[in-house]
Amino acid sequence: MKTKMKTGPFIIIMVIAIIIAIYTLMPFILVVVNVFKSAKGEFGIANDPVGLKGASFAQLGDNLSRVINNSNFSFWSAFGTSALITIICLVLLAVFGGMAAWVICRNKTKWSTAIYMVFIASMIIPFQVVMLPLISTFRDVGNFVGLKLLQSIPGIVFAYLGFGGAMTVFILTGMVKTVPYDLEEAASIDGCSYEGIYFRIIFPLLKPSIVTVTILNGMWIWNDYLLPSLMLGQNGKVKTLPVAVQAFVGSYVKQWDLILTAALLAMIPMIIIFLIAQKQIMSGMVEGAVK
Amino acid sequence: MGTVSPAKKLASAIFLIGGAALLVIALILDFTGSQFALRGWMLIIGILAVLAGLYFFPSSSRHKGMINIIFLFPLLFTFAVTVIIPLVLGIFYSLTDWNGIRMTAFVGFQNYAAMFNQPSFLWSLLLTVLFVVVNMIMVNVVGFLLALLCTSRLKGIGFFRAAYFLPNLIGGIVLGYVWQFVFNNVLITLIGNGISLLSNTNTAFFAIIVVYIWQYAGYIMLIYVNGLVTVPGDVLEAAAIDGANPIMTLFRIKIPMIASTITICTFLTLTSAFKQFDVNMALTNGTGSVQNFLGKYLTNGTQMLALNIYNEAISKNNYAIGQAKAVLFFIILAIVSLVQVRISNKKEVEM
Repeated sequence: MKTKMKTGPFIIIMVIAIIIAIYTLMPFILVVVNVFKSAKGEFGIANDPVGLKGASFAQLGDNLSRVINNSNFSFWSAFGTSALITIICLVLLAVFGGMAAWVICRNKTKWSTAIYMVFIASMIIPFQVVMLPLISTFRDVGNFVGLKLLQSIPGIVFAYLGFGGAMTVFILTGMVKTVPYDLEEAASIDGCSYEGIYFRIIFPLLKPSIVTVTILNGMWIWNDYLLPSLMLGQNGKVKTLPVAVQAFVGSYVKQWDLILTAALLAMIPMIIIFLIAQKQIMSGMVEGAVK
Repeated sequence: MGTVSPAKKLASAIFLIGGAALLVIALILDFTGSQFALRGWMLIIGILAVLAGLYFFPSSSRHKGMINIIFLFPLLFTFAVTVIIPLVLGIFYSLTDWNGIRMTAFVGFQNYAAMFNQPSFLWSLLLTVLFVVVNMIMVNVVGFLLALLCTSRLKGIGFFRAAYFLPNLIGGIVLGYVWQFVFNNVLITLIGNGISLLSNTNTAFFAIIVVYIWQYAGYIMLIYVNGLVTVPGDVLEAAAIDGANPIMTLFRIKIPMIASTITICTFLTLTSAFKQFDVNMALTNGTGSVQNFLGKYLTNGTQMLALNIYNEAISKNNYAIGQAKAVLFFIILAIVSLVQVRISNKKEVEM
């Protein structure tokens, strides 16, 4: 039985909720307001960073063209690099992660248990403790075997597979456990090959957890700064969006019209994806944490 | 179990022998210092060919084992190269005079001694502990209150949840710069005294905490909401019939019933606050003056541990000391994680 809340407390709670929402959205609103304005002038960003006076679409177009075509930022290239790295990593992590999770889960040998334990334990390793040797290892091994591992997209994808594997396998193993073994036996009797069982039966059934790991890994890889900044370099040709923003701010200190426009461009893709898949993202983030 | 076709036998043999040959040639080229441009590709194709050979391996009794190896290989290999090897090397390097490229001598615990003699490092350590403790409490309290708000009978609840969660979507670098703008321009204009919060060490530290709570509380809120909705409705109803007021219901029923959620959130905020780097770098880059700490004047007033490690190695080029700090960082996190696992295991047994 739900009792109806009295009007008085309801209004108070509503007002509190709205005030907090304004607060959490305020920085985003400020960015949007100010990309419509020029840096200087009476109503420019420097003198009046709050008001709507002085805002115009012409100025927005001007700001956008100055940032997008800026060789220090090269938005499309950075956006493309970020998107490419994220998508390749997400696909490979889902496929390889599912494969590894299935093998670990269905073979109760000493080896598979040990591998699983190492994966779990490795999740507490902070990036800081491996980052310096990682760079030198990639540089030295790359030179030795004749492959470009630093400042290259395949190299960074390789690193993300290594760092994202543990969490992906952990979550997917939990899902594989819920798939009844009878199903696999039945498929095997019907003549399905061992690897076919994974691709035809297990992988499709893992879909809910694949969505979860894709969201968790996607948020991490898309927003990650430290790994790409070390592996691709601050001044390298290949940059991800966060690295490009950092480099751009470094070369245009305090030029807020340019910086805020760059920030807006960096935020938009994520916000669009959030608007489309809001429910999945929010539940995926929770599931990842609760497990 | 089934007969093996000769075609499969042949394919397996070709792939295994060809792949192994390519691998051997590539490695010989590597070890002889050849600069042949295609040797990297030979290595990759060699590995793939060997895997294909294993796949076609002409024995159905072994087939399962071969598939297991092939399925585990990609993640295990990348994991070993990017995590295990650098971790072992890193611990080793922290005991040497490594300069990021090569090492010449083993120096024992000299790097560790050196870092504990840096007042700036001790300051960062202290600051990080303070930051972690404050945030662990604040983010959980704020997140929990938001969760209560978002499970009460609000209109447009979906909008509020999304609005509170939104800051968590954007990376710390971009957010850090946006907040720098808010502190340095917007607030100055609104308040009108011309002094930015970021210009003073104490208030700048406070500003980092504010931004961190802003970014993280929405996420923690979602986890608490998830916990709160699992509290059974009939229990709450029974409590209401017995005359429990909302505050009693909160402390006697809701909070005890979501104890495991509280453990998860505490641990999440703890590790994430401890590793805080992006916002710290973008907002203040660790600057801020400290007049007198252990008799020294410091310029890294708002620099936390992760940023201190980064600057020591990358900016100051002291790779060995930076690595020693990172190992300490790892040890602290490992201890915290073990304690957390212990606590949550104990709680689960009690329940």
